Amino acid sequence: MSDLLEVQGVSKRFGGLHAVSNVSFQIREGEILGLIGPNGAGKTTLFNIVNGVYKPDKGTIAFAGKDITGLAPNRVVKMGLSRTHQIVKPLNSLSVLDNVTVGACFGRESLGLNAARETAREVLKRVGLGDRAESSARNLTLASKKRLEVARALAAKPTLLLLDEVLAGLNPTEVTQMIELLRKIRDDGVSVFMIEHVMQAIMKLSDRIVVLNFGQKLAEGTPKEISHDPHVIEAYLGDEDIAEKLMEKN
Amino acid sequence: MILLRPMFWITLLLAALFIYLPLRNNDAAMREDLILVAVAIILVSNLNLMIGYTGYVNFGHIVFYGLGGYVGMYLVTARGWHLPTAALTAGIVVSLCALLFGLGILRLRGAYFALATIGVLVAVNAFVRNVDAFGRSTGMYLSFESYQPLGGAMRALWITYYLIIGVMVLSMLLSLLIKRSKFGLGLFAIREDEDAAIVLGINTTTYKAIIYSLSAFLPAVAGALVFFKNGMIDPDIAFEYMLSLEGIVMLMLGGQGTVLGAALGAALYERLRSYLLTSPKLSNFHLVIAGGLLLVVVLFASGGLIGWLYKFVPRSQKVIE
Repeated sequence: MSDLLEVQGVSKRFGGLHAVSNVSFQIREGEILGLIGPNGAGKTTLFNIVNGVYKPDKGTIAFAGKDITGLAPNRVVKMGLSRTHQIVKPLNSLSVLDNVTVGACFGRESLGLNAARETAREVLKRVGLGDRAESSARNLTLASKKRLEVARALAAKPTLLLLDEVLAGLNPTEVTQMIELLRKIRDDGVSVFMIEHVMQAIMKLSDRIVVLNFGQKLAEGTPKEISHDPHVIEAYLGDEDIAEKLMEKN
Repeated sequence: MILLRPMFWITLLLAALFIYLPLRNNDAAMREDLILVAVAIILVSNLNLMIGYTGYVNFGHIVFYGLGGYVGMYLVTARGWHLPTAALTAGIVVSLCALLFGLGILRLRGAYFALATIGVLVAVNAFVRNVDAFGRSTGMYLSFESYQPLGGAMRALWITYYLIIGVMVLSMLLSLLIKRSKFGLGLFAIREDEDAAIVLGINTTTYKAIIYSLSAFLPAVAGALVFFKNGMIDPDIAFEYMLSLEGIVMLMLGGQGTVLGAALGAALYERLRSYLLTSPKLSNFHLVIAGGLLLVVVLFASGGLIGWLYKFVPRSQKVIE
């Protein structure tokens, strides 16, 4: 398998804070890569660097063989890299359908309005929002808004999807549904890079996991390796028993 | 297809009314009244592209109208151009100016952008007052001969009137076309959340520059036509600050983001304003009314008249855009 995304030694500081320092990793085609770490570890900042919201102070990012370091987010989307937001950003007074249509219109395929609307309807059905297409985005529940984020990103027809805590704040049933959806997305050939605090989910879903702590890469490996890594246990998981339990549930 | 949309036919009906009413009795007074209404509709419809569609409040929108008037008058008086080419050129020149201003001030968001638009208005006003070719503070006057190519003053006034109505129709149709286009959807996304719009793939810098420049074109053409008809222009009339502010009241009153709302708010407010301005006891009272209206709309009906209609008759959204 070849590398879809290659992040080489990126750093980003805000004033005196080293939000991300010298982080490198790769995402292979068709894999789900998890990103975990304590709050404030720099996970969302790393996402923002990858999709171009921030320009890294150092380091390079290559996507599908092309250098995208410092490229604006709107251009990165056109190349097939979409993302969702941890704090949902619905286009409130537009309908749910229009929200997703925006994603399809300005995504990788730059569809015309009618074709985009069709794509949007398909995607909405897929994420289980088909019956809410005509309502205002502001009237959705948080769980539905998270799905809307995923739908908008999917409508852009990405080859790599960045998911920022799409499971946070969902109840167990909703989590199960979302996991089901993410599996299907991967089966359709979309690679996924996801930040998540819901440990069972990320252990179950990920092929590999990267752990961040204080802006630095602490560890990288399969879920099994990660859950037994002493550094990760110390910094994030807390104690060995939890790690054991997490793996048992798989 | 725009032909299938009721608003297209409502717009044409409105135009027919504007043409028929003064023509019926060759009523010049009514024509002058309707010019004021048409100009208000032109200004507010184009202002709507910025405020209602893109979410960028422009306090200095009148600058396009005034500058268009100046460029048009200059071309007609100093260069001897005919009205249609002068007006069209005014529109193009002012749009290009707007593009230039836009590249500078569209980096700003929210209140800072709004403040910068006031800056543009003040700066252009000061610039015009210091240019000899534009007649400095005294402005420019049209010689009577300038009406000759249109068949004399009498005919010229009527022709200018029809041209202004034409610009009014184009303003409404432009809003209508943008509203149901991919471009319009991009603008709405910017209005709702500009950061989200960028992440969704919209080149917001380009989109904002285009709409700011586009919203300058028809007001500038209208300015050239109106000041030609008036036969004179000076900085105080061309850049009427108060009208710039009242434009925002008209838009809020009718319903921002809607084509009919912009036109309705403009027409209603303009008629009320004319009535209050000409009534001896209430001169300048219209500003009190404007302030009151704005408060009422902002506090109780943020969607304006059309928003209110949408709320009580949801199905009207399919007809009224």
